[in-house]
Amino acid sequence: MTRAPGLAPEPSPGSALVRDLRRRASRRWLATLLALASIVLAAFALTLVLGQSYTPPVQVLAVLRGEDVPGASFTVGRLRLPRATLAILAGLCFGLAGAAFQTLLRNPLASPDIIGISYGASAAASVAIVFFGLSGAAVTAFAVAAGLGVSTLIYLLAYKDGAAGTRLILMGIGIAALLQSVITYTLSRASEWSLQDALRWLAGSVNAASWGQVLPLLIVLPLLGLPLLATSRDLETLRLGDDAAQATGVRVGLVRLVVLLTATGLICFATAAAGPISFVAFLAGPITARLTGSGRSLLLPAALTGAALVILADYAGQFLLPSRYPVGIVTGAFGAVYLLYLIGRVNRRGAAL
Amino acid sequence: MPPKPFWLALGFAGVLACCGLSIVIGVRVVSGADLLAGLSGSVENISQAAIAKRIPRTIMAALGGAALGLSGAVMQAITRNPLADPGILGVNAGAAFAVTLGIAWFGMALSVTYVAVAILGAALAAAFVYVVGSAGPGGATPLKLALAGTATSVALASLMNAVILGRNDIANSVQYWMVGGVGGVTMDRVGLVAPFLALGFVLGAWTAPRLNSLALGDELAAGVGENVALTRAVSALGAVILAGATTAICGPIGFVGLAVPHMCRLIIGVDHRWLLPLSAFGGAILLLAADVLGRVLVRPAELEVGIVTALVGVPIFIIIVRRQRVRDL
Repeated sequence: MTRAPGLAPEPSPGSALVRDLRRRASRRWLATLLALASIVLAAFALTLVLGQSYTPPVQVLAVLRGEDVPGASFTVGRLRLPRATLAILAGLCFGLAGAAFQTLLRNPLASPDIIGISYGASAAASVAIVFFGLSGAAVTAFAVAAGLGVSTLIYLLAYKDGAAGTRLILMGIGIAALLQSVITYTLSRASEWSLQDALRWLAGSVNAASWGQVLPLLIVLPLLGLPLLATSRDLETLRLGDDAAQATGVRVGLVRLVVLLTATGLICFATAAAGPISFVAFLAGPITARLTGSGRSLLLPAALTGAALVILADYAGQFLLPSRYPVGIVTGAFGAVYLLYLIGRVNRRGAAL
Repeated sequence: MPPKPFWLALGFAGVLACCGLSIVIGVRVVSGADLLAGLSGSVENISQAAIAKRIPRTIMAALGGAALGLSGAVMQAITRNPLADPGILGVNAGAAFAVTLGIAWFGMALSVTYVAVAILGAALAAAFVYVVGSAGPGGATPLKLALAGTATSVALASLMNAVILGRNDIANSVQYWMVGGVGGVTMDRVGLVAPFLALGFVLGAWTAPRLNSLALGDELAAGVGENVALTRAVSALGAVILAGATTAICGPIGFVGLAVPHMCRLIIGVDHRWLLPLSAFGGAILLLAADVLGRVLVRPAELEVGIVTALVGVPIFIIIVRRQRVRDL
């Protein structure tokens, strides 16, 4: 019996090349992951050690072990540690969910902060601060509930013979515009002090972070993040298009549902805890894609990129700029510069975004 | 189907009627005698003074609404994009950011420069969004333009936030202006913006017949002897001047430019020589009606017209998006 030549069992030189490329891609992916993780760790250490004043690493370690060090217990244990932890956790959530949305909707501009997912939380929080005079945990709870509600509304409005990505994006933009006018209206009615309070919240900030803000994220991140990460492979296949993914055995509807639910949850909780830190969800994916190259899932490295962005931007906003800015202002300015860079890149190469 | 001039006349009558309503209806209920006295310039009691204050406001709402409606219709024509609107494309945000910068850093007061700065900001934002949105395969699809516009708006909003954060002296007035309203408008301001709007309307009139050939597609338009680049540039300039000047005085008002042309197209068809004037009338009617509604809805307070137009406009946006076949977006 003769075999068809194309089905020869022994590996051809081509497949060796493919294997080699694949190994190289996955080595690069791993290297990027490690590099990002060390950047986040280094920034974390820097934030703990060097703030308004310098605390020797020995004392920091002692505080981390739970010992009582006069002075350092307060500056490190009560001020810097919750702040740095919140920055990292919020960054992880934003980066992870942002990259998931961009991959699922196959559009780098379609990050949750652009298509209205985080606006529900923002609008609710500004109303809660300005009209109800709430603060702390009450604002958070309000923001989470409203964020989830508004996202559900967007999905329902976009749903018509199956939810098409394009329609979802446009619905999000429309709802975002509506909520934006609610926010502006609320701010225009605010008293002077609650206006500054609300503005700071809307800019996104980890100022005065407390363990009360950190705790919900600490619970939610593994609860929603792990199922989302579990879909990375299928999500990568979905990039090829729904039909192609279906053909390779991916349960498209289920994957999409899991991704939307978990990513929306992450965004809402992170927004409620730290405010809509602008452009982190938007930037993490594209930056990571540039670093890792194509072929492997972006989700995990994008989460780390998000964390690095938030903690570094927060440090810059506190200590490196002429006046003190909340983290969202720094990332927002960075996002504006990135948009400019996109234009330059596109004009040079004429390539897709 | 009545002839097109009938619809145009009806539109104009609608504008006049809404102007009348806008003067008669307000937070304060005014008697007939005071109304007439107020209109003839007397300000002897509060009711007459209220009438005197409603006049510039009404003129501004009519002019601004017409400007936004016309601007939206032109933008939809030159981008061949059903979702084009000064708000969604980031043009209003550009004007708002430029004005905020001017106030915060250069102590800019209300003057001709103020309007010019707003127009400049609007133009830069429009160019920026168009370049980002038309990048990549497929050119400027509605989806990409809308996303680029929104991303730009978000970036500008966050920069604006950076400027006003910690500036308590200006934060409140900027926030108030950002809502978009015609409440505090005086005759001086109307006079300030009127020449710019006049220029915009003239450019719009010049552009109307040429937009018809542009609708055929760039190649065909060039084939029938149209200078495509010139038409597009002049039309865009007109649209940006109209949107920027209106934003300078009234703040960023969204969705008038989006919703009005779509409704007018349903009524009068796609011929821009008819569509543009009707869109202008329609915009004026919408803004006047929204302003009156805002005064009545939450008496004795007022709801700014920008809020009301968003409440009216977003459902229309949603309907458009749901009706459109996804492939066309």
